[in-house]
Amino acid sequence: MQEELFAPGHRGCAGCGAAIAARLILKGSGKDVIVVSPTGCLEVISSPYPESAWEVPWIHSLFENAAAVASGVEVALKSLGRKDEAKIIVIGGDGATIDIGIGPLSGMLERGHDVTYVCYDNEAYMNTGIQRSSSTPYGASTTTSPAGKVSLGENRPKKNLPAIAAAHGIPYVGTASIAYPKDVIRKVKKAISIEGPKYLQIHAPCCTGWGFDGSKTIEIGRLAVETALFPIYEITDGKVTSVKKIKRKPVEDYLKVQRRFRHLLKSDRGEEAIKNIQDIADANAEKFGLDL
Amino acid sequence: MKLSIGSVTKPGSTRINKTGSWRTFKPIIDIEACIGCGTCSMLCPEGSAYKDNVSGKYAIDYDYCKGCGICAQECPVKAIEMVMEEK
Repeated sequence: MQEELFAPGHRGCAGCGAAIAARLILKGSGKDVIVVSPTGCLEVISSPYPESAWEVPWIHSLFENAAAVASGVEVALKSLGRKDEAKIIVIGGDGATIDIGIGPLSGMLERGHDVTYVCYDNEAYMNTGIQRSSSTPYGASTTTSPAGKVSLGENRPKKNLPAIAAAHGIPYVGTASIAYPKDVIRKVKKAISIEGPKYLQIHAPCCTGWGFDGSKTIEIGRLAVETALFPIYEITDGKVTSVKKIKRKPVEDYLKVQRRFRHLLKSDRGEEAIKNIQDIADANAEKFGLDL
Repeated sequence: MKLSIGSVTKPGSTRINKTGSWRTFKPIIDIEACIGCGTCSMLCPEGSAYKDNVSGKYAIDYDYCKGCGICAQECPVKAIEMVMEEK
């Protein structure tokens, strides 16, 4: 058997995108890492007491403070003179990263800690029952932004955290998707090799929360990229240095295969909303020059 | 690296939980068709597709495979078929 740093037997759903993300991140980092996880699906599925799926040192404290804990781990290693022994990686969900932990994350980036912060983005709070987060895309139905007679689901666009991270003037910001596993591994390798704070956002579809069959996790991830709703790029020292070019597909291809967007296909107002989503995709494509 | 304090549990100890029992459909790899590319292994949420070092082809560890079917969906030569589990 091959070496597995994220052990099987974890409680992720069949087809779990977050588990794929965790495996790929650890493939990129290797075993000499200390992983910090905030509260979230990944924390819950990987650490049902008294078990742990982690084969590397791993610490969980609270929902909001993973970046602060990671900062502390880094400073502790420095003062012990053991900085060369391990890289520090945070692996947290979008709720913990983009909503709840954005303060400590901003502090960690601003203070210049040598930590790689990886957000696996499944676009809602999955472990507590699919509540919307600030990373939930426009039009998605969640339990706290339910589609109904009046509502068309989430009414605000996805928060652009990579841009906020880049605004801290950090050396490396990247986005990736589990649908392109080699790209994820390469970006993690690259991020941990750079000194200073780094931010990576990895799109990780959630079959349970988004409403699709577990076998389609990768296919849905690929569609998000191919429709330009999740652009893949790298920002090095403040400049966009690489983008994944795509042969673009219409956003309907991505929306119609997920329960969370299905209501949009059933009404005239939904059709309007789909136009708005296409506008978001078009803007992404133009901003990053995604079209082949 | 070795940490001496704060640890509450053993690494990788979820392995005692054989999630193969969750399965409804079982992936069967056609060894003749398998090209050994490793896509199934790379994308498996459980890491249960592994390379057989003798044949260079891939096999499934049914102790942990939850039967999600990502491997069958993503196999570039469609060498994996999902069949109903018989108990």
